[in-house]
Amino acid sequence: MMPTAQVAAEKIVFNRDIRPLLSDQCFACHGPDANKRKSNLRLDIREEAIKPAKSGAVAIVPGQLDQSELLKRIHSTDPDELMPPEKTHKSLTPEQKATFKQWIAEGAEYQAHWAYLPVVKPAVDPALGNPIDTLVAARQKALGLVNSPEADKRTLIRRLYADLIGLPAPAVEVEAFVNDQAPDAYEKLVDRLLGAPAYGERMAVWWLDLVRYADSAGYHSDKERNVSPFRDYVIASFNQNKPFDQMTIEHLAGDLLPNASLEQKIGSCFNKLLLTTDEGGAQAKDYEARYMQDRVRAVGAVWMAQTWLCSQCHDHKFDPMLTRDFYSMGAFFADIDEGIIASPEAGIPVFTPEQQQAHDGLISNRDRLQTALNADTPEGQIAYLRWEDAQLQASVNPVWSALQFGQRTATDGPNLEDKGQGIYHAQGANPDKSLYTLTTNTFPAGMTGLRLEAVPSPSLPAQGSGRADNGNFVVTEVKARLIRADGSVIQELPFAQASASFEQSIANEAHPDKKWSAASAIDRDARGAQFGWAILPHVTQPQSLWLSFAAPVAAAADAQMVVEIHQNHGSGHHTLGQFRISATTQPMTDAVSSQTALLPPALAAVLTKPMEKRSPDEQKSLLTHYHSIAPEWAETRQQLADTTAKLKEMEDKAVRCIVTRSTPSKRTVRVLPRGDFLNESGSVVTAALPSYLPKPNIEGREPNRLDLAQWIVSRDNPLTARVLVNRLWKLFHGIGLSKPLEDFGLQGEMPPNAPLLDWLAAEMMDRKWNVKDMVKLMVTSKTYRQISEATPEMLARDPENRELTRQSRYRLDAEFVRDYALETSRLLVRKIGGPSVKPYQPEGYWENLNFPARNWDASSGESQYRRGLYTWWQRMFLHPSMLAFDATTREECTAERTRSNIPQQALALLNDPSYVEAARGLAVRVLKEARGDDLSRITWLWREALQRTPTDSEKAALLQLLAKHREEFHIDAPSALAFGKLGAPAPADIDGPELAAWSSVTRVVMNLHEFITRS
Amino acid sequence: MNPYSSLHRRAFLTRATYGFGAAALGSLLNNDSQAAGVPGILASPHHTPKAKRVIFLSMAGGPSHLETFDYKPVLAKMDGQPMPESMTKGQQIAQLQGQALKCFAPQHEFKKFGQSGQEFNALLPLLGTMADEMCIVRSVFSEAINHDPAHMFMNTGSQIAGRPSMGAWATYGLGSEAQNLPGFVVLTSNGRGGQNQPIAARQWAAGFLPSRYQGVHLRGKGDPVMYLNAPPGVSAGRQQDVVNAINQLNGQHDAVVHDPEIATRIAQYEMAFQMQSSVPELMDIAKEPASVLDLYGCKPGDGSFAYNCLLARRLAERGVRFIQLYHKDWDHHGDIKQSITWKMEEIDRACMALLSDLKQRDMLKDTLVIWGGEFGRTPMSQGNGRDHHNKGFSIWMAGGGIKPGISYGATDELGYQAVQDPVEVHDLHATMQHLMGIEHTKLTYRFQGRDYRLTDIKGKVLTPILA
Repeated sequence: MMPTAQVAAEKIVFNRDIRPLLSDQCFACHGPDANKRKSNLRLDIREEAIKPAKSGAVAIVPGQLDQSELLKRIHSTDPDELMPPEKTHKSLTPEQKATFKQWIAEGAEYQAHWAYLPVVKPAVDPALGNPIDTLVAARQKALGLVNSPEADKRTLIRRLYADLIGLPAPAVEVEAFVNDQAPDAYEKLVDRLLGAPAYGERMAVWWLDLVRYADSAGYHSDKERNVSPFRDYVIASFNQNKPFDQMTIEHLAGDLLPNASLEQKIGSCFNKLLLTTDEGGAQAKDYEARYMQDRVRAVGAVWMAQTWLCSQCHDHKFDPMLTRDFYSMGAFFADIDEGIIASPEAGIPVFTPEQQQAHDGLISNRDRLQTALNADTPEGQIAYLRWEDAQLQASVNPVWSALQFGQRTATDGPNLEDKGQGIYHAQGANPDKSLYTLTTNTFPAGMTGLRLEAVPSPSLPAQGSGRADNGNFVVTEVKARLIRADGSVIQELPFAQASASFEQSIANEAHPDKKWSAASAIDRDARGAQFGWAILPHVTQPQSLWLSFAAPVAAAADAQMVVEIHQNHGSGHHTLGQFRISATTQPMTDAVSSQTALLPPALAAVLTKPMEKRSPDEQKSLLTHYHSIAPEWAETRQQLADTTAKLKEMEDKAVRCIVTRSTPSKRTVRVLPRGDFLNESGSVVTAALPSYLPKPNIEGREPNRLDLAQWIVSRDNPLTARVLVNRLWKLFHGIGLSKPLEDFGLQGEMPPNAPLLDWLAAEMMDRKWNVKDMVKLMVTSKTYRQISEATPEMLARDPENRELTRQSRYRLDAEFVRDYALETSRLLVRKIGGPSVKPYQPEGYWENLNFPARNWDASSGESQYRRGLYTWWQRMFLHPSMLAFDATTREECTAERTRSNIPQQALALLNDPSYVEAARGLAVRVLKEARGDDLSRITWLWREALQRTPTDSEKAALLQLLAKHREEFHIDAPSALAFGKLGAPAPADIDGPELAAWSSVTRVVMNLHEFITRS
Repeated sequence: MNPYSSLHRRAFLTRATYGFGAAALGSLLNNDSQAAGVPGILASPHHTPKAKRVIFLSMAGGPSHLETFDYKPVLAKMDGQPMPESMTKGQQIAQLQGQALKCFAPQHEFKKFGQSGQEFNALLPLLGTMADEMCIVRSVFSEAINHDPAHMFMNTGSQIAGRPSMGAWATYGLGSEAQNLPGFVVLTSNGRGGQNQPIAARQWAAGFLPSRYQGVHLRGKGDPVMYLNAPPGVSAGRQQDVVNAINQLNGQHDAVVHDPEIATRIAQYEMAFQMQSSVPELMDIAKEPASVLDLYGCKPGDGSFAYNCLLARRLAERGVRFIQLYHKDWDHHGDIKQSITWKMEEIDRACMALLSDLKQRDMLKDTLVIWGGEFGRTPMSQGNGRDHHNKGFSIWMAGGGIKPGISYGATDELGYQAVQDPVEVHDLHATMQHLMGIEHTKLTYRFQGRDYRLTDIKGKVLTPILA
């Protein structure tokens, strides 16, 4: 359907009349793609088109109809001669053929493609009012059209609320506005709404589709990822009216800005919003190519409405974008540091300023303690030398002797394997609880104590000494006793005291000691059976638990000693993986400080070397080790551990955002023939801007993402501003000035009112990319303020309202449908930003997600009643109510949603618990807030929901329904009760049947076409 | 008896009351307002269709052709030997990247079935009784080697998200004859073995086509269609009162504002209301005779593949254009022997029952049944399983204008590469559309300035397998 009426006998304008025909009908074979060009003829360049071919024929001879081969061919009746050929399924209408004829007769002048021409601002007399209206009127006048009258104030305020903040206008605001006779009442309203925080939320919806923002990775396991701060950044940017050029730069290169702020880094999350995979068996080269291609498509789509996708495999068929250009664009992103086949990274913590301060404090504390621990003081040196001496002594005359246990059992499956040197390693089954029972008949007489060493091993989880995933264990109780060979007990050997090289202070809330103390390993479970000694995070260091006997153990003939290690933590496999038990006969205080704990073999070797033979590194490694175990550093170590634990806790709890990091080791980018990653025959390319658009000279270095971003928003770029104002226009009229929002290439549409688009684009740049200013200009125009009702004639002539002779009517976007329902019922929680939330969703909707399998746990409390844009965005299974109303899955950048009208929408509004609960909430409001009889209440309700007074027949219909359902629900109280229990149960002080009956009425009103329509 | 179907519907759909021109705007609305049967974009098919509908049995995870439909005695002899490097060098490989590639013998017995002597897994004796109806294609290859992109490719002809799925193309082109049911319906079932690979709703999405062409997932648990059931306490009668009032008030408003979308909205509420009875009626297989339940070997609501096959037949009877069944857990990286045994149990009776039931009702002749996964599996071992493989694998088709009792195409002796009559995924799509009366190069949709089609720039109709 031709959108616009042609003005008869007007001179042919190439860009308007001819280029679309050439592009659509001819360029596939006679255009920019050299590989597919037929007969070596190209019609996209005039010099080529008027040049004689080998055969002598000339496609176009300006002014000479008889000599132009093109005309002969398009009129031919010979199927072999006819252009375009039958097999292409293309054909020209007689009118189109006549247009070609007229054009050649008039001299066959070409123009560069309109969207690639510089933006030149048409001169408009400011005295004539809003230039938008002047330019609209100029075109309407030429076509003999007139505009429509201004809409009434009720319609205007509804429209402004919908367009600027995506929420219904409260009835009191409508009334105030209708009664405000001030000449600037309208402008004041516009200013107020532009200043409302909800403005940013409204604008974000459109932008998040474009940049493909979602809470999941997209491919295969569709894992969740941390990006919600980016969504909040977009909202804040629109609210702060951040200039669009700045926002663009932050999106593409925020990380490259000097001293990039947290906000700018979050902006650079844009580069990470693409689909990623962690599917087993995916090839890195494959996905490296996909990610690069995705990013190039995104830049083309988001800022310049270019369909660069085509150039991924071949030179573009319609636009001058070459394959080489495509991959040169890809090279801009070769510096982005990322795992290719990987689960989503965690991202950086996003702290509030106060949190940041606390975090900085912890960091400096940690650094101070670390420095203190490494400090080389004279006292430290003496202590060290003493230790070294003791170590050497111990090898001659050991203070501790390792015990060999001939009998070893472990409950629930593990096998305790002898690794030599008294070290035992738990193999096999990995239960949550286990009791290790160890029996020896060789132990020194006069034992004063035992030492349990946790010995790390590379074969254990996290290279620790425990069998939990993080390398930890919990020893909940240690017991010892002497027995005879027949098993009868000689005596229990109680412990009097316990200490440890380190006691865990992470996750200490439940432990009565507020740390995983040594004492709780000998308390006969007085603190609770699940509590004991643990060592996170220092699992990779050898750690010791020293236990002194209540009395020295006297020798007894044929006695055996049994040591029991109880591990009853009960979850997460917190058992010892590798350990050694030693005994001493020295006084325990000396024995503990003698520190002849197990040295890692490498260090033991260093120790045996004379000091002067050790390398500085070797000496340092010994010192470091000493600092990690020395008693005099115990307090510092504990403080450091506490600080590190607090830091970790803070970072674990923080909201995080994935951002872009640049790496100097860039990936090599080459042209991929037909987009095939296996084909490495293409030439290697470096970052370069497309050859067909004006660009700056960057000499002596490869341009980077910052250059790319700056080029996109430079005054010379003919596309960005045009694309942006066209999309803004769509927000306020339902259709772009150029209809296809996503294609400003040759297959796009030259806007019928090209001067208007260019004026707006130029104005946008003149106003330094001030989006709010431009929005205000648009919504204060007369063009915007027209009525939206169309006469049958208007509908017949211009069904899509391309000529702007009225306003347009269309359904609200998915997010706003939800917002309208929740706000009208006053259930909406007006909080800005934060992690995404989960409104009710049918059970089992995620059954086909896996790795891991997931359940949708509906949010509780406030989070259940947030605006639609905060809904958790799962790409593989988007929330069904959102999907029903055409929200996109955001897998690819989307400039425009389809706007459908399908039964799923009716089902959602009728039956989705969110909408039913909202309707019931509105019924609660009716019963609590509205005064008078049923009729007055219906009128009140209608005003609240639709901001107008109901007609008599509208009232009658609802009255009738109310009466019927009131009677039914009073008889059928169980149904009313069941209805009241849906979602968060209805207030108890309201009569159930009455509420259910009124809810039928509110459900009707909230399902009306008018309720979800902006007009 | 479903209460929705017994209710007297008020005749509020008197178009004259909507004010002007609702009917005249039919072309603008593109027939959105039709509640009963939805026409497609084509005024009539490009040629006389052989298949009125398609039942696509998607075996998600990638069934091994080497244990199902493509017997390779040479591979058995080469068991444990290195794969010839000339075959595998420079090729796409999934989880076996960087590992020694060794031949792995077929783990199951094969047998010849029917007069046509079609050869497949001996554990499919029931399906074997239908061998003479089947056309086995043993030379399919795909561009993609990982599940997600391969599903996208098999369903949309592209590895880039956002393209319409084949079912959406079918209903876009031809519409649907179904009364009060969607024209494109998807069912899913799980099995044993495999890894329960995820599948995504994008596999039945409308992509850039209007949303009304998207596949509707009919679920075994909860509401079979999202939000189908009225809220608690709202009886069918009360729900109808509400819908009637909505439509009445919408109609009144249209008389004032002349908005063509309102007529469509009214029709959608009608359709939604009708679905509240038509869908439960569809899902209620308890009324099927015992002989039919026995034939399929399923019980009402058991959610099995066999149950879905029976639902597929019921959907076919009701005029649904495109019916897609996903049966999962074919991703046999390990223990392929046992896993395939389970899968054979799951599909043998079900597929036989579907084919014979359709045939008995004289519907097989115009129902195209396709069985296949998103790719096949390597002739190389991965432990005692097989890795993903896209260079050659098998599918079968039956009914709807397909030549019965034949096989087409072949892989090499080791089952690695399709060497005889290789069949691209685009060729499958072209053939499927051809059988439905669609010339695949002519059903296009303009998006981003380009005319897209299911077969992208490729696709040829496989004329040798047409009846």
